[in-house]
Amino acid sequence: MTPGEGRAESRAGWGFITPAMTLIGVFFAIPVASALLLSFTDFDIYSIGDFKSTRFVGLKNYTDLMAMPLFWQALRNTLYFVMVGGPLSAAASLAAALLVHSKLTRLRPFFRSAFFAPWVTTLVAVALVWRYIYHPQYGLLNAGLGLVGLGPVDWLGHPNWAMPSIILLSVWKNFGYNMLVFLAGLSSIPEELYEAAALDGAGAWKRLRHITLPMLGPTFVFVGVVTMIASFQIFSEPYVMTQGGPLKSTTTLVLLMYEQGFRWWRLGLAAAIAVVLFLLTLGGTLLQLRIRRSTQP
Amino acid sequence: MKTAERLRVAGYNGLLLVAAVLAMGPLLWMVSASFMAPGEANTSPPPLLPADPTLEHYRTLFTSYNLGRYFLNSLIIALGGTVLAVLITGMAGYAFAKLRFRGRDPLFRALLAGMVIPGQVAMLPMFIMLREMGLINTLFGAMIPVLAPIYGIFLVRQYALSIPDDLLDAARLDGASEFRIFRSVVLPALRPVLATLGVFTFLSAWNDFMWPLIVLSDDSRYTLPVALANLAGEHVQDVELMMGGAVVTVLPVFLAFLFLQRYYIQGIMAGSVKG
Repeated sequence: MTPGEGRAESRAGWGFITPAMTLIGVFFAIPVASALLLSFTDFDIYSIGDFKSTRFVGLKNYTDLMAMPLFWQALRNTLYFVMVGGPLSAAASLAAALLVHSKLTRLRPFFRSAFFAPWVTTLVAVALVWRYIYHPQYGLLNAGLGLVGLGPVDWLGHPNWAMPSIILLSVWKNFGYNMLVFLAGLSSIPEELYEAAALDGAGAWKRLRHITLPMLGPTFVFVGVVTMIASFQIFSEPYVMTQGGPLKSTTTLVLLMYEQGFRWWRLGLAAAIAVVLFLLTLGGTLLQLRIRRSTQP
Repeated sequence: MKTAERLRVAGYNGLLLVAAVLAMGPLLWMVSASFMAPGEANTSPPPLLPADPTLEHYRTLFTSYNLGRYFLNSLIIALGGTVLAVLITGMAGYAFAKLRFRGRDPLFRALLAGMVIPGQVAMLPMFIMLREMGLINTLFGAMIPVLAPIYGIFLVRQYALSIPDDLLDAARLDGASEFRIFRSVVLPALRPVLATLGVFTFLSAWNDFMWPLIVLSDDSRYTLPVALANLAGEHVQDVELMMGGAVVTVLPVFLAFLFLQRYYIQGIMAGSVKG
């Protein structure tokens, strides 16, 4: 290649990435950096009218958050959702993938699509559907439980049951996605491993425990990280189903950020919540990667 | 096949069928309830099927509640966002895979690192910015987050790596410009991954809730999810009406899924195995 051609290619390369990088820079990188700056200011409803009324207040938003009981509750609620909902969702995905992948399964594409279907639906719409399913008096869930002599439970109206109800909706909505990820992992395990194990007399459980699960290692990391990042961002489910109640038992960090930022226009304080959210996500991701590295042979 | 084996297969598939009914159940009930008479779903025990199916709620939604307008808004945002995203991301993904330019690899690594940052972190400053730019309450403003998805650039790049260099060099020797090469050699080769990216973008634009909720304040600009959440605040007792609204909201993405599911499945499997 002559130097002239290299320059042409370099120019073209920059040209081709410019639209994407401009958009990402203007509408992602700059706002993310500004969020950090914003969290050190008292930006509020008056600042929207006149930027000059904004002052730097140092760490005041963060100390305000620490002194705010609702922030700690939102943090607890979010961690509850992430640490209970995430593993449950991954377990449901793995179970569905193992069922669909089995040699005994007929009509594999049909079942795969049926399990995946909830994932493509619109969250706001299906959250409404589930709100009626959870209805204490006329809901299908209590009707079903009544048949076996249980309940009725006020699913969304009781502070102890509201978050589990949201977790169930979320597992139902999302497990199909990770099921496909696990299916991809399962189909990449060489068949010979199973044949050799069967020759050695290993039963189905042993094969699952000693071949399938270890071979799915990298898939677990991927599913774990992606599910965790998404779970920290939970917003629409409580917004539509419970508005954060009852007794703030489903107020999550992002819901709190939305309310502080866009209902009360305390954008400085809301930005501090956004920064906390980012730090949690980053910390969780690094932790998972480290655990994975230390358990790898 | 032996009888015992046959029984095992039947039992196994029976279990799968129960699981599939549970997975599809809420969606089937949504459709069924949308055809019930007003108040019919609020009886005990709750009926599974409408006694006398009616289209009344759909008529009300489109005549009294302006659902057609919201549908159109959602469609403009989702289709417009998809076309732009496929073009913008396609170019960037190809460049990161196949064109040598200074700073390419550090830039790409920075992009990947950016995927850890939750989108909501950017929303507060973006709201202030868009307000200054006069883009608040516009359909374009609502479209912005889907225009240049980083995962999309990553997806296209992975796929574009498999385009043979010889093909590109041959076109260069023929004197074709880089843009010409992109249009007539690269785009056709990238068609499958761009289709995958397109269905994902359409889905995320159509289903998005938080950003449109923040950026669209005027009722006539609402998307379907925003309008539906708003309507649910006032009409929570009208189960059948709300289920009609839910069906209208879900139907387009569900149909897109039925006809284009191989693109979803390819995309998720490719992204996860290589990622």
